[in-house]
Amino acid sequence: MSNGHLPVVVVIGNGMVGHRFCEKLRVSGQFRIVVFGEEPRPAYDRVHLSEYFNGKSASDLALPMTGWFEEEEIVLHLGHKIREIDRQQKLVHSDRGVIQRYDYLVLATGSSPFVPDIPGVEMEGVFVYRTIEDLDRIKAYASRAKSGAVLGGGLLGLEAAKALLDLGISQPHVIEFAPRLMPRQIDSSGSHALESSLKKLGLQLHLNKTTQSIEGHGRVEALQFADESRIPIDMLVISAGIRPRDELARLAGLAVGTRGGIVVNERLQTSDKNIFAIGECALAQGIIYGLVAPGYEMADVVATNLLGGNKTFGGFDMSTKLKLIGVDVASFGDPFAAEPDCGTIVFEDRHKGIYKRVNVSADGKYLIGGILIGDAAAYNLLLQTVNNRLVLPPDPSALILGNRDGAGEGAGVMNLPDEALICSCEAVTKAAICSAVTDKDATTIDAMKKCTRAGTGCGGCIPLVKDLIAGTMKASGLYVRNVICEHFEHSRQELFDLIKLHDVHTYADALAHWGKGDGCEVCKPAVASILASLWNETIVKQATIQDSNDRYLANIQKGGSYSVVPRIPGGEITPEKLIVLGKVAKKYNLYTKITGGQRIDLFGAHVGDLPAIWEELIEAGFESGHAYGKALRTVKSCVGSTWCRFGLHDSVSFAIEIEERYRGIRAPHKLKGGVSGCIRECAEAQSKDFGIIATEKGWNLFVCGNGGSRPQHAQLLATDIDKDTCVKYLDRFLMFYIRTADPLTRTATWLNKMEGGMSYLKNVVVNDSLGMGAEWEEEMQSLVDSYKCEWKEVVDNPELRKRFSHFVNAPRKKDPELQFDNLRGQTKAREW
Amino acid sequence: MKWVAACRVEDVPGDGGACVLLDGEQIAIFYFSRRDEWYATENRCPHKQQMVLSRGMTGSAGAACEPKVACPFHKKTFSLRSGECLSGEDYRIRTYPVKVKNGRVYVGLLQ
Repeated sequence: MSNGHLPVVVVIGNGMVGHRFCEKLRVSGQFRIVVFGEEPRPAYDRVHLSEYFNGKSASDLALPMTGWFEEEEIVLHLGHKIREIDRQQKLVHSDRGVIQRYDYLVLATGSSPFVPDIPGVEMEGVFVYRTIEDLDRIKAYASRAKSGAVLGGGLLGLEAAKALLDLGISQPHVIEFAPRLMPRQIDSSGSHALESSLKKLGLQLHLNKTTQSIEGHGRVEALQFADESRIPIDMLVISAGIRPRDELARLAGLAVGTRGGIVVNERLQTSDKNIFAIGECALAQGIIYGLVAPGYEMADVVATNLLGGNKTFGGFDMSTKLKLIGVDVASFGDPFAAEPDCGTIVFEDRHKGIYKRVNVSADGKYLIGGILIGDAAAYNLLLQTVNNRLVLPPDPSALILGNRDGAGEGAGVMNLPDEALICSCEAVTKAAICSAVTDKDATTIDAMKKCTRAGTGCGGCIPLVKDLIAGTMKASGLYVRNVICEHFEHSRQELFDLIKLHDVHTYADALAHWGKGDGCEVCKPAVASILASLWNETIVKQATIQDSNDRYLANIQKGGSYSVVPRIPGGEITPEKLIVLGKVAKKYNLYTKITGGQRIDLFGAHVGDLPAIWEELIEAGFESGHAYGKALRTVKSCVGSTWCRFGLHDSVSFAIEIEERYRGIRAPHKLKGGVSGCIRECAEAQSKDFGIIATEKGWNLFVCGNGGSRPQHAQLLATDIDKDTCVKYLDRFLMFYIRTADPLTRTATWLNKMEGGMSYLKNVVVNDSLGMGAEWEEEMQSLVDSYKCEWKEVVDNPELRKRFSHFVNAPRKKDPELQFDNLRGQTKAREW
Repeated sequence: MKWVAACRVEDVPGDGGACVLLDGEQIAIFYFSRRDEWYATENRCPHKQQMVLSRGMTGSAGAACEPKVACPFHKKTFSLRSGECLSGEDYRIRTYPVKVKNGRVYVGLLQ
C-alpha cells in the first residue's frame, strides 16, 4: 500500500459519526486510516431509519458510495468486533483475528438500546430498534402479528410506533413511564397537543405506566403493568433510551462515567491522550449527546486537531426539529425555562393540535428557547434568533403567531449575523452559504449541497438556505433572470410584450428576432401560447410548434391513440346530443368516460379517424372542448335555482355564458372555472382558477384555486357583485394572468409568487391600480370576438385533414402496433 | 445499404416530423427548414416503446446546435445525429441517413 509510511489512525465503529470522521480526515492524505465496523454493512443514515419501512432500501440509506473506501484508500473491516485494545503496544485485536497497530485510536462505538430489566424481555417477539438488522427482524415478525406495543414514548419510541403502523400493525400501543411524551424535549402542554394528533393517527398512548412484566409462553402475549392493568400484544419494541457502548474502553482501563460513557476532555481525548471518543459513546462535560449533529461536530474537532488545527468541543445545542408520523415537533434553546427567569408566551389551537411556546428573557429583549408542536415552520428563524441573541421586536408574540400576510419573512434571514449556523448537521454558517453564492456561483440547492454540504443532513434548513440564496443574489445584483430556456434570454412576460410590440406572428420570426438555435420543446409551446393569446389565429397554422396535444387537437394517450372531448358548456347536454356521442363512440369503437369537468371523454381514437369523428360531432352541433390545450377547460356548474330548492340564482346559465365567453383562449396553463348557485358550493368553484358563488345580493368571485397535487382554495376577490361586474373582473384577471405568468404556471402558483399576494391582485383587478383595466377588457373582447372552432377549420380544410395520418406514405393505414384490450365491455389501451 | 424512396418533400412539415412505413419498419423523418437539414430515426421511443417520435417537437441543444426531438409522451429528448438520449438516460434510438433528390426523400436502409 502506497501510504504505508504514514501514521495510522484506527477508527472503531462505522456508524454515522465514525464515517463522518473518516470523511473529514481522509482529504488530507496525511494518515493511513483503518476502520473496524461491527455491523455487516458500511455506515448508513440511522436518522432516517424509519424510512426503511416505507420504501427506502438499505442501499438508499447508505452513506458512502460503493467503492468509496477503496478510492480513499481506507481499509475497512466490516463484521469485525474489536475484542481488546492493547494500550501498551498500541494494538487492537478483532474477534476475527486481525491485529492492527495504531498511532491514534478513535472510539466511535455509538450506543446500544437500553433494555430495562423487566421479567420476560428475553421472549420471542421482543425487539430493539437500532440497526437495519433489527428492522429486518421486526419486519419479518410483524407480518404474523396483529397487535403491537412500543415501550418508551421518547423520540425513538414514537418513530418505532410509526414503523409498526407502516408495517400494518393497527393502533399500536405506546407505553411511557413519564407523565408525558418526549419528556426530554417538550413540556406537558406540548405533549397534550402531540397526544391528540397521534391519537387521531391511531396510536394508543399510555402515560405514567410502569411495566411490571412481559407475559407469554416463550413468545410475548401481553404486558402487565404495576397498576394491575394489562394489554394483550403480539410483539413489543423496546425503545427506552440508549446506553453508551463503553465496554471496550472500560476493559482498556480508560476513565468512564458513573452512569456510562467514555470520559473525554474538550478535545475529545480520553484518559489516554492518543485515544479519542466521539459520538454517543463519549461523555463530554458530563453529557451524552444522543443526536447526530453534536456527533458530527465532535468528529470535526478530532479530525481538525489531528491535522494540526486547534478546535475544542464546547457543548452543543440540543435543539431539534422533526416530523413524527407527520406531526411537526421542535424544541430549541432552553425549552423549559420558566418564570420568573423569563416570560413565557403560549399559543394553543387544540382543534388543530398546534401548540407553540416561546420563552423570552425577563427584559423582553431576547429569545431563550421554546417548543413547537403541529406547526414548526418558524423553527429555523426562532433557532437563529436564540443562537445569535437577536434583539426581539417590541411584540414578541408575533414570533409564534406569525406575520399573517407572509410578507417580509424572507427578509428575516438576511438580517442574521454571518456566524449564524444555518445547517447544524453540517455546521455551515450563513457566511459560508452567502459566499458560496457570490464566489462559487452556487445558486441552486443542488449546487449549494455540493459546494458546502448545507442541507445534506436532515434537510430541515433547506427553506432557509433557499431564502439565503435568493436574498444574496438579490443583494449582489446577481439575480438570475427568469428566462424561458436556452434559446430565449427573456421571461415569458418580456417575450409577450416584445412579440406584441413588434407585431410578430410566427415562431420563426420570434426566434430570428430574439432567439438562438432551433428552439426546443420548452420555448416552442410557450411562444405558441403567446401568439395564440395575442392574435387568436388558429393554432393549426403552426402545428409543429404546438405541444404534443395541441398539434393533433386531441389528447395523446397510451399507445399513441387520442381522446376526444367535445365542449359541453356548464355540463348541460340535450338527450339528442347524448345519443350522438353514443353513436360516434360505437362507430369508432371508443371507450367513454365522464370527466371531472362534467363532460364526456371518448378514448382510443386512431389519429387518422380524428377528422371524421369531429365531422360527425360538429354536424350534431358540438365544438372543440380544448381538453388538449392550455386553455379554458370547463366551467362546472351545479343545477342552481332552475331546479334546486336552495338555489339563489341560475348558476347553469351563468356557467354556460362564462364558458362560451372564454372558450379557446390560450393561457400559460389550463384554466378551470365553476359556478355554484348557493353557498353549499356543489360546483366546487373554490377549487378552480375562478369560482363564482351566488349570494342573496349577487355573486361572490373567487380566484386562483387549484385541485391537483397541491390543492389550494381560491381566494375571495369581490363580494356581492352583479354579472357584468363579475365578467369585467374576470376579463381583467385573466388578461393579467395571461400576460404575466411564467409558462405552465397555474393561477394558484402565479398568485403565490406574486409580491403583495391577494391584496395586490385585488388592487390591480378591482381598483384598477395599474390603469390597465380598460385595455385588458378590450383585448379580451377582441379574443372573444375572434373565436373560431379549431376542429371546424380542420374538418373543412382537405389540406389540414391530410396531416391526420400515421404514415405519410400510406395515409389509410393505421399504426399496427396500436393494440387494445377489453375492460368491462369497453376497449382499453394495452399496457406499456 | 440501399436507398429507399420514403415520401415527397412536402409530406414532412417544416421543423417537424412525419412517419413512413418502409419495409415494415416505422421510420420518423424530420426536416429543419432554417438549416435545410433532414434526419431520420426509428419512430419508436425506447422509454415506453411507443411509435410516436415523428409527432414530437424538434429543436436543438447547446451551443453546437445538436438537432434533437422530444418524445410527446414524457419529453425524453434524443439527438437526431447520434440517437443518444439527451435527457440523461441510457436510451438510444437508431438513426438513418437521408437524401433528397427531385423532390423525393430517400432513407438509407441496411440490407
